[in-house]
Amino acid sequence: MESRFISEINGKKNYSNTMSDMMSEKIEDAKTEAPIAEKYKLQTKDVNVYYGDFQAIKDVSMSIKPKSITAFIGPSGCGKSTFLRLFNRMNDYIEDFKMEGKIKIDDKNIYKEKIQLEQLRKEVGMVFQKPNPFPKSIFENVAYGLKIQGIKDKKLIADRVEKALVQADLWNEVKNNLNKSALTLSGGQQQRLCIARTLAVEPSILLMDEPTSALDPISTAKIEELIHHLKQDYTIIIVTHNMQQAARISDYTAFFYMGELIEFDKTKKIFTNPEKKRTENYITGRFG
Amino acid sequence: MTNVQKNRLKDQLFKFWGIACTLIGLVLLVIFIGGILIDGLSRIDWAFITDLPSRKPEKSGIWTPLMGSVWILVLTAIISFPISVAAGVYLEEYAKKSRLSALLEINISNLAGVPSIIYGLLGLEVFVRIMNLGASVLAGALTLSLLILPIIIVATREAIKAVPGSIRDASYALGASKWQTIWNQVLPASSGGILTGVILALSRAVGETAPLIVVGALAYVPFAPQGPLDQFSVLPIQIFNWISRPQQGFIDNAAAAIIILLLITFIMNGIAVYFRNKWQKKLQ
Repeated sequence: MESRFISEINGKKNYSNTMSDMMSEKIEDAKTEAPIAEKYKLQTKDVNVYYGDFQAIKDVSMSIKPKSITAFIGPSGCGKSTFLRLFNRMNDYIEDFKMEGKIKIDDKNIYKEKIQLEQLRKEVGMVFQKPNPFPKSIFENVAYGLKIQGIKDKKLIADRVEKALVQADLWNEVKNNLNKSALTLSGGQQQRLCIARTLAVEPSILLMDEPTSALDPISTAKIEELIHHLKQDYTIIIVTHNMQQAARISDYTAFFYMGELIEFDKTKKIFTNPEKKRTENYITGRFG
Repeated sequence: MTNVQKNRLKDQLFKFWGIACTLIGLVLLVIFIGGILIDGLSRIDWAFITDLPSRKPEKSGIWTPLMGSVWILVLTAIISFPISVAAGVYLEEYAKKSRLSALLEINISNLAGVPSIIYGLLGLEVFVRIMNLGASVLAGALTLSLLILPIIIVATREAIKAVPGSIRDASYALGASKWQTIWNQVLPASSGGILTGVILALSRAVGETAPLIVVGALAYVPFAPQGPLDQFSVLPIQIFNWISRPQQGFIDNAAAAIIILLLITFIMNGIAVYFRNKWQKKLQ
């Protein structure tokens, strides 16, 4: 089982473990469908990303289990954010962006032409580094994702807004001020509002791009606790610069360096007994 | 004198030079406005505003050109607002960076610098003659719309550029389409800036004289326009008219009309500043 989560640095070297398993599973799929399809929420295969001539991601393959927390760590510019933004195709807006390889969510290739971006982003929510609430009321912030889907039922919207705010552990603080501008909230509250806004759309995957890097320690602790709770219902991938944070909250950790996935394993293993020297050096603070 | 003292002296000298330069403009403006107030203030009363033009200066009022200006203002706003905001949104949000869009951009900046009399000639040819609108309010408004289009387009683009990218990201990440993002997030967030640009452009249009003279507003118009195809006159042209008369009474009338015109533009600029401040606070 373990070996499935160990990454392939060059695709070809340790290729056998995960990818061939994936292939054979595919063949078996025809007979025993459901359980295998559920095994991985998200799989990438030989992914390369280029910005013009610059290669930002090199041959990354990994498989992520449903309802787990995966942390991406690595020095600045290592490609972890770029890689994260592949899963909801937010890189599509960057000029010169080019992507090769396959990314499957629930066994569907999300880089096929036919895929609807709006549909994909309903399924894959994202929380950004800096809290970015809309300059509107708290209620409107959370309701936005539903309104753009064309949902008009006021009661349904109000219910979903409340549910999302409760899930994001913000309801008690704002329930009497839903019509106040979201910009009056503190930074930590704003970030939880952004999480609530994402949850209201009911995605199954949550992408978090350094969600606590702009927050104070107390707000950070709140968000970490929240992430821990959300794991019950969501597959969470979090990019973080803070190694203690990765160690505290994640089940799996992926270490990126210069666009390559150096190591991907259970968090405990990465932080106590990493396979690769470079991982160890980074984790012990010798570089990066 | 030591070096430090020399530098300090230079500092002081430049400061005084700067104050003097600033004062030149201000003092001239004060003298000008003061002179006008002395000439015209006593002439302003309710009758002056509601009276129709007359051969006798003390019986003349500005009702006709004032209403002409209001008509022009409203029609110009209705025509130029949707066109120029749409163009600004297109250039900022949709146009890919290509030679064509670069060419468009250069042309729009150039248009903003074309002398207004040229727009007047264009309006005369296209609206008055080819479209056969005659010397009507509509022809004048269309001409002025052309004149202020580039100004509003540039203001719209600047306002849209000021919307933080993070708001767009958030909207897209929630599954919004491009148009939904523009309509629900970008435009509301930039509305203050766009509105400021529109009001400033309109306040320029209210003061324009040359293009309207060419279009045919420099005629004797006894009544206020009742519809968009009626003949019209506007305040700046009425001022121009009165100034060119020999009688002192008409000169006083001109001064009084100038006060009204200045009041209108000051109020409009004040509203624009108000919106800009409110908008900047909202985005923080």
